[in-house]
Amino acid sequence: MSYDLTLRIWRGDARGGNLVDYTVKAEEGQVVLDAVHQVQATLANDMAVRWNCKAGKCGSCSAEVNGKPRLMCMTRLSLFPRGEPVTLTPLRTFPVIRDLVTDVSFNYERARQVPAFTPDASQPTAPFTMYQADVERSQEFRKCIECWLCQTVCHVIRDHEDKKAHYAGPRFFIRYAELDMHPNDALDRKAFLQDSQGLGFCNITKCCTEVCPEGIKITDNAIIPMKERVVDVKYDPVVRFFRRRRHD
Amino acid sequence: MPEENYEHHSYDVIVIGAGGAGLRAAIAAHDQGARTAVICRSLLGKAHTVMAEGGIAAALGNLWPEDNWQVHFRDTMRGGKLLNNWRMAELHAKESPDRVYELEQWGALFDRTPAGKISQRDFGGHRYARLAHVGDRTGLEMIRTLQQRAVALGIDVFMELTVTDLIKDGDRIAGALGYWRETGTFVVFEAPAVVLATGGIGKSWRVTSNSWECTGDGHALALRAGAALINMEFVQFHPTGMVWPLSVRGLLVTESVRGDGGVLRNSEGRRFMFDYIPEFFKAETADNVEEADRWYDDKRNNRRPPELLPRDEVARAINSEVKAGRGSPHGGVFLDIASRRSPEFIRRRLPSMYHQFKELADVDITKEPMEIGPTCHYVMGGVEVDADTQASAVPGLYAAGEVAGGMHGANRLGGNSLSDLLVFGKRAGEHAAAYAKSTGARRPKVQQADLARATEAALAPLQGHKAGENPYALHQELQDTMQDLVGIIRVEPELKEALERIAALQERARQVSVEGGRRYNPGWHLALDLRNMLLVSQAVAMAALERQESRGGHTRDDYPTTDPYWGARNVVVELKEPASGGPPVLTKRHQLIPTVPAELSRLLEEEH
Repeated sequence: MSYDLTLRIWRGDARGGNLVDYTVKAEEGQVVLDAVHQVQATLANDMAVRWNCKAGKCGSCSAEVNGKPRLMCMTRLSLFPRGEPVTLTPLRTFPVIRDLVTDVSFNYERARQVPAFTPDASQPTAPFTMYQADVERSQEFRKCIECWLCQTVCHVIRDHEDKKAHYAGPRFFIRYAELDMHPNDALDRKAFLQDSQGLGFCNITKCCTEVCPEGIKITDNAIIPMKERVVDVKYDPVVRFFRRRRHD
Repeated sequence: MPEENYEHHSYDVIVIGAGGAGLRAAIAAHDQGARTAVICRSLLGKAHTVMAEGGIAAALGNLWPEDNWQVHFRDTMRGGKLLNNWRMAELHAKESPDRVYELEQWGALFDRTPAGKISQRDFGGHRYARLAHVGDRTGLEMIRTLQQRAVALGIDVFMELTVTDLIKDGDRIAGALGYWRETGTFVVFEAPAVVLATGGIGKSWRVTSNSWECTGDGHALALRAGAALINMEFVQFHPTGMVWPLSVRGLLVTESVRGDGGVLRNSEGRRFMFDYIPEFFKAETADNVEEADRWYDDKRNNRRPPELLPRDEVARAINSEVKAGRGSPHGGVFLDIASRRSPEFIRRRLPSMYHQFKELADVDITKEPMEIGPTCHYVMGGVEVDADTQASAVPGLYAAGEVAGGMHGANRLGGNSLSDLLVFGKRAGEHAAAYAKSTGARRPKVQQADLARATEAALAPLQGHKAGENPYALHQELQDTMQDLVGIIRVEPELKEALERIAALQERARQVSVEGGRRYNPGWHLALDLRNMLLVSQAVAMAALERQESRGGHTRDDYPTTDPYWGARNVVVELKEPASGGPPVLTKRHQLIPTVPAELSRLLEEEH
């Protein structure tokens, strides 16, 4: 059964913009992106939105739905009370390009800084012998679909322009953790991670873990273990605090 | 029209598309010392490869030492109803193990066997468990690995840039024209070699597993540049797409569900696939439930369950059950793994499927069956290329992956796509680099007049025709046309009607007008994609009308059997200027397929 749904969508660009109401017919079982597509097809052909797979696998359609960062393709309309408008705004942390599309190039710059996988001298050439129990920890992090939701909610990236320049962010902390836990990687990236990629700036508020659509335990399984591994060579007040608490 | 300020770049090789084939081609070209760039319409890592689920087919022999390239070659050819380019199938079977190990070398983490090797899973049409995988997110692992490798090598990537036309200098490729999606400004690439790696064409159907990018851009660019397409009538409908809710209709349900023990049932609860075993596969398919169920653990003494017949067979069977009134409430059939495997097994092996049904359909697949039906998934047809080099007939133009034709014949086996991308991506990149080098001082040049023409065509939808057509509405009409008239089952009158409707849509597409400007304007983008979708859809309908037989991914209700004449021929489609002059029109011809050499032919006959 269809019903009238009002989407309140931010329209504009870097110079500014405002919320515009669009009313479309919504159907049972639809997701936010379905309604956005209807707006595009019938009311605003030129409305900018980034999306690809509409299946929760590519991580392109991130936006803020009623203020919460989400994948629009995995957000069911049934989550919201009928009769109330659903508000869509671009990710707040990244510069807006147009409408719901933001400039996420910060993340691609950070990706370029990651020192690549480097096989161990004991097994230099694939096929490698590796066991399931040993690859599983890294496999959790390789589930990442690079939707940048964790990056957009991270306080350091969001609020600290000065620190941002030397800060990788949660998505790349799990990338460093993945390489560190890879059974056949030989490169030690810990000092680099602490000195140049700002692992110490993270004060583990777990906002990243909460928004991850893949359910990756970013803080518990990647950031905290990496902080602990780094702390042997470097001082990090957060880890020290948590270590103390655990001993209390 | 005001003067355009073009941004200029010069490379040896440009690769259009950043899925598996494009990234692998770029890495190969770079490794050959060519100055290489990758151009992609989306952000890096979002291409359709990311959606591949089940695995990469490669005869590693990790679980079944009996497996080898000869068996893989045989399975591929038989799955393709022997219409495959045998040389491509041979190269693919021989080289895919090395391409898989290469991914591991670059950091990929596949699921493991107890002995610490890459694990392999069962899939339709493969005699042994052959698919290297990571749960049901293998495509993500593959694209991430290639993306990270390309970034580590420092290969230039142009993200969110769409190529609208290839530019030639005489007969040879000279480069390409594209626009930044963000600004709508134009970019000229001067390059003697172009690798097309643009993927599929599924967005021309209403029910599809494909992402928005699958608009057949490379197929259309190749046609307009003078290359030929082959086998365009062969479109794969994956048997298992979601059917409910409507919002996700067509979304892929991986074949791994069946590979891992899932079965298909109709509304009467019957495992109906036993009623649809074709003569061609009788000798290798179990004809009773007991044998089928024993096969998962003992492949030596049992034959494969009929649920794991090649995709074309299963899709047709589902179609017939629904037509006979034995479908599920929402017009599909039931795919049941809940009653056959433990919840723990299902969640570990099929995490994305579990998540997808739970989130989008409120179905717990560890407790209830899924409702599924066929969905447009893959085009076997594509640019006609040389098997060894992936070169098209146009000097400097190469194609790899789904946009290339021949490898899969009339029907592709699951898992053979990812390996295809790697094997032929690498070959295309290497040969494109070698060709670029060979042009030396005779490097082709981009001519100003060609740029102006291509620019004008790209800007046409923004020129504000009066009573202009809405590109979204035209797209929907095209999808309805292809879905209703050029679907799984085809007949002559409907194909003719499809061609008429496509011609009418092409006429209307010339009157498309979009609001807004050039900055990140999806209406404009779609208007340009539409031009490609219409041309490619016309090629599909034309080839489908021509082939008067049923084979693989092409079923004609009016010609229900295979025909030996067609068993030896491809339909070739080209854009040609008519003898009477005027703009080029789509033409077709028949072409004999290369004969399989005796030593390989013997492999196809072997009984087992």
